Amino acid sequence: MLEIYLKKRLEDKNILLMTHIVLGYPSFDASFQIIEAMVKAGVDLMELQIPFSEPTADGPVIVKASQMALNNGATVKECLDLAEKAADTFDIPFLIMSYYNILFRYGVERFVSGMTKAGLKGAIIPDLPPEEGRDYIDIMRANQMAPILIFSPTTSLERMRYLNNFAKGFIYCVARKGVTGQNTNFSDELTSYIHKCREATSLPLAIGFGVKEKADIEFLKGKVDIAVIGTQTIRVMEEKGVGAVGDFIRSLL
Amino acid sequence: MIESRYYGEFGGAFIPEILVATFDQLVQEFKTAKNDPGFWDEYVRIMSTYSCRPTPLTFAENLTNYFKGPRIYIKREDLNHTGAHKANNVIGQGLLVKRMGKTRVIAETGAGQHGVATATMAAKFGFRCTIYMGEVDMARQRPNVFWMERLGAEVVPVKEGTRILKDAINEAFRDWATNMDNTHYVLGTACGPHPFPEMVSFFQSIIGKEARKQILETEGRLPTRVYACVGGGSNALGIFSGFFDDPVELVGAEAGGKGLDTGLHASRLASKDGFRGVAQGYKTYFLQNQDGQMKKTHSVAAGLDYVGVSPILASLREQGRVRFEAATDREVMDAFSLTLRKEGLVPALESTHAFAQAFKEISGLSGKDIILINQSGRGDKDIFTIADAFEDPAWRQFIIEKAEEYRA
Ligand SMILES: Cc1ncc(COP(=O)(O)O)c(C=O)c1O
Repeated sequence: MLEIYLKKRLEDKNILLMTHIVLGYPSFDASFQIIEAMVKAGVDLMELQIPFSEPTADGPVIVKASQMALNNGATVKECLDLAEKAADTFDIPFLIMSYYNILFRYGVERFVSGMTKAGLKGAIIPDLPPEEGRDYIDIMRANQMAPILIFSPTTSLERMRYLNNFAKGFIYCVARKGVTGQNTNFSDELTSYIHKCREATSLPLAIGFGVKEKADIEFLKGKVDIAVIGTQTIRVMEEKGVGAVGDFIRSLL
Repeated sequence: MIESRYYGEFGGAFIPEILVATFDQLVQEFKTAKNDPGFWDEYVRIMSTYSCRPTPLTFAENLTNYFKGPRIYIKREDLNHTGAHKANNVIGQGLLVKRMGKTRVIAETGAGQHGVATATMAAKFGFRCTIYMGEVDMARQRPNVFWMERLGAEVVPVKEGTRILKDAINEAFRDWATNMDNTHYVLGTACGPHPFPEMVSFFQSIIGKEARKQILETEGRLPTRVYACVGGGSNALGIFSGFFDDPVELVGAEAGGKGLDTGLHASRLASKDGFRGVAQGYKTYFLQNQDGQMKKTHSVAAGLDYVGVSPILASLREQGRVRFEAATDREVMDAFSLTLRKEGLVPALESTHAFAQAFKEISGLSGKDIILINQSGRGDKDIFTIADAFEDPAWRQFIIEKAEEYRA
C-alpha cells in the first residue's frame, strides 16, 4: 500500500520528491520520455494528470498544457494506457490526477478498476470533496487505491480531521491560496500551517503549489514528507526541451 | 461539512478545498438574509428606486392581431437598469457582499450584460470590480466592454479554452481561489455550486412574482404558457417560479444555433447532445464528448452560448414540469425583425429566442389563450451583430467612416 511504501522510503530519505506531468503534452511519446527521465533522476512517486477541458484548479501553464494535449486529440483511454505502461516499466508508485467529470463520464467503478488493472496506486481529484464523493472513496478503498485528499491554508483543524477519516496514502497540502503555478512564500506562516496539518493526521504530508527549486526543498526538509514539483518541470521542458528534465530533477536533490 | 443541495439528481457543491470556508460563509449569510423579511424588503426598495421595478407587463396588441391567435404579453425585464434581468441578481448579491464585509467583486460575463450590471452595482456600493470575459465575446459585445471600463471595472480578456462564457467562469473561480478573503464572486446565472443556483433564482423570482400578479390584474386569469430563453437559466427560473403551482405550461427556449443536427448550437436540454456531467462545481447536463471534455458551442446570442445549464432546470425537465425547445439563429433574426416592426420593442438576441419559440408554436393556440414571453433584456448591445445579420449597408458605411476618422 502507498502509505507503507512511503514510510519505508522515508527511512532512507529525509524528504521524498513527487513530480507531475500532463499526459499527452506535448505528446504521449514525450510524456513517456519525461517519466523515464524523472524516474532515473530519482523521483519517488509521480502524479499523471489526465487533461480536462475545464481545469479550474490549475494556473496558466497547466491549463495551456492540458489544452494542447486535448487539441492533439488525447483521450482518456490513451492516458490510462500510458499510465499502465509507466507502472509496468518503472518501480515507483504512479497516481492519477484529474477532475471528477473524467471519472464520472467514464464510470467511477470502471475507471477505478481500470486504474487497478493498470497498477496505479491512487488518485487526486481536486473538485471532489468527500461530501460529494462518498461512492468514489468507497470504491477506491475497496480496490486498495488511495484517495488522496487535500488540505489547504483555509481548512480548519476540525475539517482536516474530518478529511483525514477518508484519506489514504498521504495528504496533499496546498501551500497557499490560488491555483497551480504561482509563487509561494516559504515562510514561518507555512511552517505553522504544516504543524496544523500534522496535528490532524498521521498520514505522510506532501506539500505542493509553488515548489520549484532546491532552496524550497531544503526549507521543507524535516517539515513534510513529500515535496511536489508540478508546474516547474513543464516550464523547464518548454524552455529547454524534454532532455533537460532529468538534470533539473537532479539539481533539486 | 460542506452544505450541498440537490434538485433531483442535479446540483451539488463540487468545490476545491481552498474555497470550502468561503462557501460556508456564503451559505450562512444567504440563509440568514433569506429568513430575514427585512432583507427582501430592502432588496425590493432598491430595485424600485435604482432599477425599474416592478417592470411593466406589455400587451403586444399588434403581434396578437398579426397572429390572430392567443393574447401575447411581454414581461419587460429590458427596462431594468442596464437593460436586463441581470440587475436583479447583482443587486441581491451586492447586498450580501455588504453583509459579509467584502470589498471586491468579480464576475464572468458572456453577453456583457451581467458584467455591466455587476460593474454598476460595484460603483454604487463602492466595491472594486474585475470582470472576466472571453476574447471572442469581447469582440462581439464591444459596447458592453466599453461601459464596464467606463464604470471603473477592470475587464480581463480570457484567452483559454473556447474563449467564451465557460472559460470566463473558470478564470473567475481561479481569481476567487486566490482572493477570497476580500472578494465575492458574483456568479451571473443559476448555475455553479450550491448556493448559487438557489440564490440566483431567489433574487430572480421577483420577475415571476410580479408577472403573476400583473397578468391576474390585467386579464383576471393565468396565461396558458410562459416562454423564456435559457442560457444558464436565471431569467427562465425567475419568471417560471411565479407559476410553478399553477396549471401553466412553462417553455424554455435554448440556442439552436445553426440547427440541432449541425452540432453548432448550445442546446443542452432540447438536443440529444447533452449528457450528465460534473463541471464548474455542479452536476447537470453538459454538451460534452464521450471522454467528458466540453464541446464548442455556438449561438448568435453570446449570453446563451454556455455548455451547462441550471441544475434546477435539469431537474424540472426530468419531472416534465418545463418543456425545452431550441430556436435557431435564423428563426431568432426573423422573430427579432417582426417584434421590432410590429411592437417597437427591441429585445436582446438572447431574449428573442423566447419570442421565436413562442411564434413557432402559436398556431396551436386560440384567441382564448394567453401567452407570456419574458423579454429578459434589450437589444441595443447587439447592434453590431444585428447590423451584420441584416447586412445593413448604411451602418457598414458609417463604421467605415468612423474607422477612417480614428485612423486620421
Ligand atoms: C438579455 C439576456 N438574456 C438572457 C441571458 C441568459 O442568461 P440566463 O439564462 O441566466 O437568463 C443573458 C445572459 O447574458 C442575457 O444577457
